[in-house]
Amino acid sequence: AANWDEVLQNICQYYMKETPQRTKLVDVFLVFLAAVGALQFVYCILAGNYPFNAFLSGFCATVGQFVLTVSLRIQTSEANKSDFPAVSPERAFADFIVCSLILHFFCINFIN
Amino acid sequence: MTGDSQPLAAGVNSQSTRLLLRVVILSLIAAAAVASRLFSVIRFESIIHEFDPWFNFRATKYLVANGFYKFWDWFDDRTWHPLGRVTGGTLYPGLMVTSGVIYHALRALTIPVDIRNICVLLAPAFSGLTAYASYLLTNEMTTSPSAGLLAAAFMGIAPGYISRSVAGSYDNEAIAIFLLVFTFYLWIKALKLGSMLWGALCALFYGYMVASWGGYAFITCLLPLHAFVLICMGRYSTRLYVSYTTWYALGTLASMQIPFVGFLPVKTSEHMPALGIFGFLQLIGFIQYVRSAISGRQFQTFLATVLIGTFGIGLLGLVALTSLGYIAPWSGRFYSLWDTGYAKIHIPIIASVSEHQPPAWPAFFFDLNMLIWLFPAGIYLCYQDLRDEHVFVIVYGLFGSYFAGVMVRLMLTLTPIVCVAGAIAVSHLLDTYLSTKKPTNPEGAPAASEATSKKAAKSTGLRGSEKPKVGIFSLVPKTGVVASLTIYLLMFVTHCTWVTSNAYSSPSVVLASRMPDGSQHIIDDYREAYQWLRQNTKEDAKIMSWWDYGYQIGGMADRPTLVDNNTWNNTHIATVGKAMSSREEVSYPIMRQHEVDYVLVVFGGLLGYSGDDINKFLWMVRIAEGIWPDEVKERDFFTARGEYRVDSEATDTMKNSLMYKMSYYNYASMFPPGQAADRVRGVRLPDQGPVLNTLEEAFTSENWIIRIYKVKDLDNVGRDHAAAAAFERGQKKKKAAKKRGARVLRVD
Repeated sequence: AANWDEVLQNICQYYMKETPQRTKLVDVFLVFLAAVGALQFVYCILAGNYPFNAFLSGFCATVGQFVLTVSLRIQTSEANKSDFPAVSPERAFADFIVCSLILHFFCINFIN
Repeated sequence: MTGDSQPLAAGVNSQSTRLLLRVVILSLIAAAAVASRLFSVIRFESIIHEFDPWFNFRATKYLVANGFYKFWDWFDDRTWHPLGRVTGGTLYPGLMVTSGVIYHALRALTIPVDIRNICVLLAPAFSGLTAYASYLLTNEMTTSPSAGLLAAAFMGIAPGYISRSVAGSYDNEAIAIFLLVFTFYLWIKALKLGSMLWGALCALFYGYMVASWGGYAFITCLLPLHAFVLICMGRYSTRLYVSYTTWYALGTLASMQIPFVGFLPVKTSEHMPALGIFGFLQLIGFIQYVRSAISGRQFQTFLATVLIGTFGIGLLGLVALTSLGYIAPWSGRFYSLWDTGYAKIHIPIIASVSEHQPPAWPAFFFDLNMLIWLFPAGIYLCYQDLRDEHVFVIVYGLFGSYFAGVMVRLMLTLTPIVCVAGAIAVSHLLDTYLSTKKPTNPEGAPAASEATSKKAAKSTGLRGSEKPKVGIFSLVPKTGVVASLTIYLLMFVTHCTWVTSNAYSSPSVVLASRMPDGSQHIIDDYREAYQWLRQNTKEDAKIMSWWDYGYQIGGMADRPTLVDNNTWNNTHIATVGKAMSSREEVSYPIMRQHEVDYVLVVFGGLLGYSGDDINKFLWMVRIAEGIWPDEVKERDFFTARGEYRVDSEATDTMKNSLMYKMSYYNYASMFPPGQAADRVRGVRLPDQGPVLNTLEEAFTSENWIIRIYKVKDLDNVGRDHAAAAAFERGQKKKKAAKKRGARVLRVD
C-alpha cells in the first residue's frame, strides 16, 4: 500500500513538472468532459434510459469529444513528435475541429 | 497487361510519362471492368436480374417519384399483405439514395436518363471505382510501382466480384464492395499517418457502407481485430490510438443514424469487439502515459494492478450484460458462420438459401483462377517485411478465407484481399525479373553479366577475394519467368472473360436456350405471366406464392404479395408453406383469411426447368413443420422407402397437397394417353391428373413455367367446395339414398 502512494505521488509530480501550460488547459477540458459523461451515466442509471437515443447521443458526444481531445493532446505534445512526422500542431488542431464538427452534426441529428 | 507496360515506363522514365501511363492504364482497367460486365445487356436487354434487385429497383422508383422524406418513412402496404412493411426502417438506403442522386445529377446536367438504366448500369460503374480503390489500397501495402495497377486489373475482372456486379444486378453488393475496399484504404492511411482527418474520412465511408450493406459487420469486426493483433504484437503506437478511436467514435455514431441499424452498435454482440478494443485502447494509452512518468519498478506494480483489475471487470461486465439480456447474443445468420450446423437444424429458412452453403474447391479456382494460388504467396511476402498494414492483409486474408469457406456468398468479401495479395506476389516477381539493373561491386567497377565479371576478376587478380553476386543476371531465366508470368496473366484474362460470359451473365428472369441451328431461343414465361397479372387482375388482387417470387411479383406485376424475399416474419412464411403443403380443405380457409385472390406456382416439368416449386417444396414443408409440427409432417411426403416421388407412387399426402395439385393440374392432357412425363423429375405421371375444387386455373404461361390459379368464392348455396364441384361434374348418386345420414342438432 505504501508503494501505491509512492507511485501516485510520482505520477502527480511528473505531471505538474513536465506538462506545458497548453496541455494542462486541454486536460482541464478532458476532466470536464469526463465529469459530464459520468453525470449523464449516473442520471441514466437513476432515472432510466427512456429516450435512449437522447442518452446515447449525449453520452457519445462526451466520449467522442473526449477521445478527439486526447488525440489532439497526443498529437501536440512534444514527446510524440517522432510518431507523427506528417502532422504539425496546427494541422492537428484543424483536424480536431473538423472531426468535432462531424461528431456534433451526428449527435444533433441523432438526438432528434 | 499492365505488367508489360512497366518496363516501357522505365525506358522513357520521367515522372510525367509515368503519371500519364498510370492514368491511361487505370482508365483502361476501368473501361475493361465496365465492358466485361455488359454481356447480359448486349445479349438480352437492359433489365434487372434476379430477385432482390427487383425490390431495390422498386424502392428506387419510389424514391425518385416521391422524394427523400417520403422514402425515409415509407410504409409499404403492398407486401406482406395483412402486415405491411415499414420499408424506411427495414432497408439499407445507401443503394437507392446513390442512384437517386445520380439520377438527379444527370437531370441537372440535362441528360435525362431513365431510372431503370441507372439502376442497371450502377454496378458496372462502381466496379470501375472498386478497381481504383484497390489500386489505392495496394499502393499503401508495397513500394512496388506495379502492384497497385496489377491489383486494380485483377479486381476489375475477377469473376468472384463480377458474379455480384454484372449490369442489371442492382444489389447492395454493387456499391458495397467499393465502399469496403475504400474504407480499408482509408483505415490503412489513417493508421499510417496517425491522422484524425483520415480517421474521420474512414468513419464517414464506414457510415456510407453501413447505409448500403449488412456486410458492414465484417468491417466492424476486422478493424478491431487488426488493432488487437497489433497490440498483442507489441506494436501499440499513438498513431493506432488516434486512428482507431477517431474511427470508432465517429463511425459508431454514423452507423447509428441508419434506422435499420439504430441501437444495434451498442446492443448486439457483433459490435462488441469494436467497443471492447475501444476501451482497451484507452487503458493502454493511459498505461503508456504512466510508463513515461515513473520508474520501471513502480510501473510494474501499477501495471499489474490496473491491467488485471480493468480487464477482469470489463470481461465480467460483458459476460454479465450478455447473460442478463442487455446485450443481444449473435443473430442466427451471424452465428451460423461459426457453428456451421446451426442453421440447418434451427433456422431452415437460412439454410434453404443456396448461397448460404459452403463452396467446394472448384468454386475457388473458378472464381479466382490463378489468384488463388498467388494468394498464399502474397500473404507470405507480407510476412517478410511485417509492417502494420501487412498485418492487416494477413488478418483480412485469414478471416476472409474462413468465411468464404463457410458460405459461398462471402467469396465476395474474400476477392479484394485475394486481388491485393496476388498483385503483391506478381509484382514482386516482375520487379525481380524485369529489372535490367546490373549489380555493381563495392569498388564501383561495373561487373554485371558473366562476360564483364570475368574481366573484373582478371583485373583484381584474386578470384576468391571477390564476393559472389547473388542473383539472376542472365537474360534467359529472366525472359523465361517473365514470359510465363505474361502467359498466366493472359490466361487469367481469358478465363475471366469466359467465366463472365458463360456463367454470370444470365438474367434469371429470361431463360435462354439454343436451337439446334445455334440460334438463341428465349423463354420469357416469367414476364408473360407477370404481365398477365398486371393487366388482367384488380389493382389490389393479392397474390400468394412462395417467397422467392415476392419481389418479382411486386416489381413486375405490381400486385400485393403475402410474403417476399425479405424473410423478416418466419411465421407468415410458414403460413404460406402450410397452405401450399396441406390439403385443399385446410388451405382454402387459410387463403380466405388472408384475402388471397390468386395463387402462383412455378412448374418446370414441361421444360425441364429445375428451379421450380416442386423441387423447393420440401423447404416449404420443413418451414411449415417448424411452426405446426402436428399438422404438417415432412415424413408424410416420402414414400415408405423414404423416396420423394411425384409419380403414381407418391404418397397420399403428396398427391393431396395443394402444391402438387396446382403443379400437375391438367398436365396429363398435354400428352397422348400414358405418355405424361415430368422432365425435371424424369418420371412418368399417371393419366388421371389431380382434381382442384377450391381453385380454378386462371393463366398458364406458354411453356407452363408459371401457373396462376384464382381462388374461388364461397359457394352460393353454402355447400363446401368439394361437394359443389362433385355436383358440377355430375357425380351425384343416381339413386337417392333413402338412408338418413347421421344428423346433428341444428343450433340457432
